[in-house]
Amino acid sequence: MAKKVPVLELLNLRVGFPGAEIVKGINLEIHEGEKVALVGESGCGKSLTAFSILRLLPNGAAINGGQVIYDGLDLATLPAWQLRRIRGKGIALILQEPMTSLNPVLPIGLQIAENIRAHETMSRKAVNERVIELLDLVGIANPRERARMYPHNFSGGMRQRVMIAMAIACNPRLLIADEPTTALDVTIQAQVMDLLEDLCSKLNMAMLLITHDLGAVAQWADRVAVMYAGRIAEMAPIRPFFTGPRHPYSQGLLNSSVEDDWHYTDTRLTEIKGTVASSAGEKGCAFAPRCPFAAAECRGAPPPLEEVRKGWLAACYRREAIQALQEGAAHVPA
Amino acid sequence: MTDATLVKPHRRLRLPKSLKDPLFVLAVLVFTAVIFMAIFADVIAPTDPQDMVNMPFLWPFQDSFSPLGTDQLGRDLYSGIVHGSRSTLAVGFSAAIFGLIIGTAVGATGGYFGGWIDTLLMRLTEIFQTMPTMLLIIVLLAIGDPSIPLIAVAIGLAAWPMIARLARAEFKALREADFVMAAKSLGYPTSRIILREILPNALPTLVVGASVLVANGILLESAVSFLNLGDPNVVSWGSLIGNGRTQIRSEWYLSALPGLATVLTVLSLNIIGDRLTDILNPRSKVR
Amino acid sequence: MRAIGKVILRTLLQAIPTMLGIVLISFILLHLMPGDAVDAIAGMSGSASQETMHAMREAYGLNDNIVVQFWNYITGVFSLNFGQSINYSAPVLDVIMERLPATLILMLSAFVLALMTGILVGWGMAVFAGKWPDRLLTSGSLLFYSAPNFWVGLMIIVVFSAKLRWFPSGGAESIGASLEGWAWFLDRLHHLVLPSVALAAFFMAIYARLTRAAMLEVLRQDYIRTAAAKGIHPVVIQFRHGLRNALIPVTTVAGLHLGNLLGGAVVVETVFNWPGLGRLTMSALAARDNQVLLGILLLSSVAVIVTNVVIDWLITLLDPRIRA
Ligand SMILES: Nc1ncnc2c1ncn2[C@@H]1O[C@H](COP(=O)(O)OP(=O)(O)OP(=O)(O)O)[C@@H](O)[C@H]1O
Ligand SMILES: [Mg+2]
Repeated sequence: MAKKVPVLELLNLRVGFPGAEIVKGINLEIHEGEKVALVGESGCGKSLTAFSILRLLPNGAAINGGQVIYDGLDLATLPAWQLRRIRGKGIALILQEPMTSLNPVLPIGLQIAENIRAHETMSRKAVNERVIELLDLVGIANPRERARMYPHNFSGGMRQRVMIAMAIACNPRLLIADEPTTALDVTIQAQVMDLLEDLCSKLNMAMLLITHDLGAVAQWADRVAVMYAGRIAEMAPIRPFFTGPRHPYSQGLLNSSVEDDWHYTDTRLTEIKGTVASSAGEKGCAFAPRCPFAAAECRGAPPPLEEVRKGWLAACYRREAIQALQEGAAHVPA
Repeated sequence: MTDATLVKPHRRLRLPKSLKDPLFVLAVLVFTAVIFMAIFADVIAPTDPQDMVNMPFLWPFQDSFSPLGTDQLGRDLYSGIVHGSRSTLAVGFSAAIFGLIIGTAVGATGGYFGGWIDTLLMRLTEIFQTMPTMLLIIVLLAIGDPSIPLIAVAIGLAAWPMIARLARAEFKALREADFVMAAKSLGYPTSRIILREILPNALPTLVVGASVLVANGILLESAVSFLNLGDPNVVSWGSLIGNGRTQIRSEWYLSALPGLATVLTVLSLNIIGDRLTDILNPRSKVR
Repeated sequence: MRAIGKVILRTLLQAIPTMLGIVLISFILLHLMPGDAVDAIAGMSGSASQETMHAMREAYGLNDNIVVQFWNYITGVFSLNFGQSINYSAPVLDVIMERLPATLILMLSAFVLALMTGILVGWGMAVFAGKWPDRLLTSGSLLFYSAPNFWVGLMIIVVFSAKLRWFPSGGAESIGASLEGWAWFLDRLHHLVLPSVALAAFFMAIYARLTRAAMLEVLRQDYIRTAAAKGIHPVVIQFRHGLRNALIPVTTVAGLHLGNLLGGAVVVETVFNWPGLGRLTMSALAARDNQVLLGILLLSSVAVIVTNVVIDWLITLLDPRIRA
């Protein structure tokens, strides 16, 4: 089990576009060497959360409130030049789409070297050696020749390996990976996940993995945070979560994927009745309109995250009632 | 295939927002004024621009009878600019229509049918694009005596490749659209598909292209008449600029003012074209 | 390097049908123009009887089948025989080659000027997108985009030559100065400035607008976020990752404008008395020197094609994807 020192803390983080708040106050901490999975429906604000950590939001989006604490600093308000020293050095980012996340006109070796040179003073030769070492580390054969090639010479899986090499170039303490395998073939997905896991333990790197793949979460993460419509619905260590999730949304998620083989499936979490959009603009619990257990109290104010057990939080007014109901029926969701 | 994909994507107009843009409104006003000027030239400026009516080399605002001054022969510049708008606009518009017809025909045929027809037509487009525009126009003018129709045809012949490229891209994309596929599967004749299904949807792009073409037509016409290649009996902005050339160091207003008229007209056209792109083309989100 | 050679070879091969098409068009135009070579020669020599003219047409092959005539024309053109200038009584090729370099110098310097300033201005517009510097530059570029080049030429003559006396108002070199070496070069450069600016203004506006659009498009790409996530300085991101990619579409479109640029040069030359093809074209038109007119059309098209090869090579340097 990882040590309990937080690398990153999100405190009531709120992110939105003008006139539309997407991330509505998130609290999340990631500890040294810990692997946290962030799951949730498409559009619920996972990517926006990830991008806001390094202030790499798309045009128009902005952090509206809250803090991002790293190393005692609030990244949300840190001067740009100081933030730059953390980007790629303390915290690294891997994007979803390997076909577009590398610059098409620069050799990949140079793109990796850029990261190193931005943070370390090394001789050109030492940088090149390090690039080759990194490419070798992520499993790219002939690294010396490959370093001189351009992104279009590589397949999707290979490009994602290059992205990983780039991300780990400065031994970051935290790696944020936004659906790093979604765009890849199923067999390649497994390889890339294995590589990430391997590197995490080798480099004692903490990781925030955004994914739709509950199989990968079960096999791989220490902790999972379930996001729904811009809020955390449930946050739990991996074992209790998969044996008895407390939020009805989490239960729906697991039920919709439980029939599949847990190993690396791509269940897009869409099999719950209704969509996120249908709950937009409602007061109270955002999930209530789709929730089979919803009652009057659910429509007042958004439910707070409450402790179920130590390290296990859920945001549901009817948590206890539901549990009683389900234990009474002697049916515990698998 | 669901019903929804069969509905023709008639683009919705977002006029109100752009109408509020003062620059757009101003451009429309200026352009309308220029068109009025051309239509009612005889009323607005009753003096003949070819007549010597006053003392030579009067500066603007010096004499109330010739508010914009006179040239070396005492011809009224105000009257020249008002009457000059006629041939400038006439050539600009007819050249644009001519170029639009050729360009659309070539581009639409190539884009819709593809294959060797497309290759051939694109080659033709490339040939016309390679020949320096102004030189081609000059060579075409050598065929006959200078007249407004010949100039318009020459400019249209030299300027159509731009439209052909636009039309080709549009037809190529729309050919694959669901509603066109549906029309094909219903067995509609090709001519109907092209004219009734695709053309209306390609129109917004072509309208924007046409506004650029008119602007180009005006610029090219003014160049032709500046070079003294136009009809010597007709006043145009270009010929006025050319006429002022000999005194450019002293009486520079003779060239400056008709040039300013040209710039304002073309500028308003370009602004209108720019905003039309935003209004008619939901795909262009840049700007 | 070999890959680049291949790209150039491919472009040249592709240019052959274009060139053939242009020759065909100029052949058609030659037949549409009033009068033929014999009329021209007869006109020069004063009077000629119908019989001698018929005999000359026979001798020149002008009574042959049209296909045979076309074949003779093509072989003539490809062996660089463009016929005889009636106005200058010299081979068309010699007459043109004497003036083509001046036009090319004007065209190329205007092209480089337009591309450099256009990219710089467009980049500035993109950096300040939506703010007042962007609006100002956008309006300014729209203004240049709407002004006839010869008028811009006249106006800068008024300001920079007549009033400020910074630059000469015409010609390509100081007359009778007989300068040498460095001084000669500076003198030529001094004469080149105003015409280049006049010709470049319109294209600079186009390239600025293009660069702005391309830059905004590129800056939205994922790889820009990747670069920022590495902690790279924003200026480096702008240049190495942004501009570097935006240059590809800009250069590609710039290549399409070369024909327009050369055509514009012809007009600007007459404003500045530049000793290039412009004045030759005007005198050939006045004298109905058809062979010269078509020779100019053909050779300037060749110049456009050759310059395009250079542009293609540039794009190959910029974009590794097409080097494959
Ligand atoms: N310009 C905009 N204005 C307002 N809302 C926007 C804008 N752009 C995106 N959004 C909204 O922001 C949200 C984007 O969230 P985000 O990209 O973080 O989702 P996600 O959870 O990562 O989804 P996915 O699983 O599909 O990646 C979406 O709900 C989208 O509708
Ligand atoms: Mg996402």
